[in-house]
Amino acid sequence: MNELVLEKLKVLAESAKYDVSCSSSGTTRKNRPGAIGSAAGWGICHSFTEDGRCVSLLKIMLTNNCMYDCAYCINRRGNDIRRATFTVQELVELTIEFYRRNYIEGLFLSSGVVNNPDYTMERMVRVVKDLRTVHRYNGYIHMKSIPGASPELVGEAGKYADRLSVNIEISKEQNLKLLAPEKDHQSVYRPMFYIQQGVLSSAEERKRFRHAPRFAPAGQSTQMIIGATDESDKDILQLSSALYQRPSMKRVYYSGYIPINTYDTRLPVLKQAPLVRENRLYQADWLMRFYGFRANEIVNETFPNLDLEVDPKLAWALRHPEAFPVDLNKADYAMILRVPGIGVKSAKLIVASRKHGRITSSTLKKIGVVMKRAQYFITCNELSTFTVNEAQPEYVRNVLTEKRSSKRESDNRQLSIIFPD
Amino acid sequence: MFVFRYDKTFEGLLTAVFDAYSRKTFPDTLLSEAEPAPMFMEQEYRVVTETGKSTRVWMALNKKLSREVCGMLMHVWLSELPKSDELLLRYMRKVFDSPHSVTTNFTDDDVVQVEKIARKVSRERMHLIQFVRFIKAADDIFFAPVSPIYNALPLTLHYFTDRFADQKWLIYDIRRRYGYFYDLNTAEEVTLNDDTHLLGGKLDEKLMAQDEKLFQDMWKTYFQALTIKERLNPKLQRQHMPRRFWKFLPEKS
Repeated sequence: MNELVLEKLKVLAESAKYDVSCSSSGTTRKNRPGAIGSAAGWGICHSFTEDGRCVSLLKIMLTNNCMYDCAYCINRRGNDIRRATFTVQELVELTIEFYRRNYIEGLFLSSGVVNNPDYTMERMVRVVKDLRTVHRYNGYIHMKSIPGASPELVGEAGKYADRLSVNIEISKEQNLKLLAPEKDHQSVYRPMFYIQQGVLSSAEERKRFRHAPRFAPAGQSTQMIIGATDESDKDILQLSSALYQRPSMKRVYYSGYIPINTYDTRLPVLKQAPLVRENRLYQADWLMRFYGFRANEIVNETFPNLDLEVDPKLAWALRHPEAFPVDLNKADYAMILRVPGIGVKSAKLIVASRKHGRITSSTLKKIGVVMKRAQYFITCNELSTFTVNEAQPEYVRNVLTEKRSSKRESDNRQLSIIFPD
Repeated sequence: MFVFRYDKTFEGLLTAVFDAYSRKTFPDTLLSEAEPAPMFMEQEYRVVTETGKSTRVWMALNKKLSREVCGMLMHVWLSELPKSDELLLRYMRKVFDSPHSVTTNFTDDDVVQVEKIARKVSRERMHLIQFVRFIKAADDIFFAPVSPIYNALPLTLHYFTDRFADQKWLIYDIRRRYGYFYDLNTAEEVTLNDDTHLLGGKLDEKLMAQDEKLFQDMWKTYFQALTIKERLNPKLQRQHMPRRFWKFLPEKS
């Protein structure tokens, strides 16, 4: 370990930083005697960079040399940037030393493609295999699977990594072809399929033999760049909804396109990354995963794009005033979840509290419901209130967006990507 | 006003609950031995902490409540907030007196309060797990100074002994001046006789292991390289990583 490694670390971290995923959840593994570390299951963020993003894993590239020339990528062949490559030993030692100091939860290994996908993949597998078998490292490992890698190597990676991911990048294939002529969707979906096969067959094995090896126990994830091409939110969300139908897919990440290769004329000229749109997509994603919404309820033919002014849940409620007001003392959990201003936590508390007595608006405040939004969509054991049906959706919309719009002009920065409960 | 005095330990509080039920008198206020009496005190009772009594109350609570709720009571106690003992006493009375479970009754103020404080303490526990930074000392002991607002350090022991099982470590609460030392087998509570040099939250470079500085620099470099300049959002950073932790973070110093 010396100054040279420090320089490499800097170069390779800068190359890896545009990958959004940094979650370390999905695997619980207790410490074993003689091994290093454990995996927490719920994911732990160990730091937050100045852009507010979590640092959970040592997100790093093995090398930023790349034979591809994808328009949206900082590491494309044609870019004049500093290039570096870690040796297996350096990366392994760095991971373990950082881990021992509680800086990180584990390793997120990615790489530029050198020679061919299999050659690159093999070198990445060597790192994770070394960590697990030689150093008995027991922490979290997220590994990128290179598009076009062979099933044998994906299978080998799944033995050691907790999560594997293959990035779709662009949701429409013709757009992907335009920006990255050397790639196609086939090369992305095939490794995804191998991972899914591995996860399912290992689950089947483990039903019969308790100690059968696990295969990528935290499943797989993927990422899409938004705003670099002309996809509507409908295209994006329908694709992610289809991906979530697959048994091993845990997360789809959305990455607002950051204008890095501004000289490329195939890319749109943006003043700033579409951060609000990115935030709305994450909110929609949350609605699909935790709130029981279907993709076509959030976006459809009539409304192909998400409303940037109001969150998708409120937007749905305003489009469907006939579903409201919801009587909180009678309605079922699924319907309470659909009320703007009530999140998963509050909805559960409401259902639990109903056993003890009737719910009133003061109870709701105690529970933590955002009454400012919820008041137009509920009734609870009190005199009839001014709900969305009396007030008209347009009025509610105006009231709830009034202050924000004036604020946004002065402060046009990233919103919290965590969906407000 | 009826006052109970006890020794401000959790066992003491449980004994107070036991005594209150056996005497059939319930205190309006709980005070420590030394606190001055309130102006309109009618009667005073001194609780003598007895393990037998406190264990009985704790067993009874465990029988009536789920493990999670018992854990929440422990969290509230560790919050060290003023009047949190009276809140616990009221809560336990409700648990014992009601024929039904009260724990999900979020229309009750005490239930909501217990839940809220427990959540705060558990968040502080999580912050410790996130932001503890070990400094490797020359004698291969990993040292981490912390200064949590609630006394959440005991709650993290299980996690740290599991995660860092094959290295010796010492986590020291410089606000409360005690810590836990793990010697590869168990973590034990320690109080350092001379801890003044640690109270700044920094370890002297002479005491550090040889390559410690290099790894701190690497981590700092890595952290800075990871920022996307186009997305700067310091407010969000502070929201997730409150400033009071920054003095212990090598990447922020």
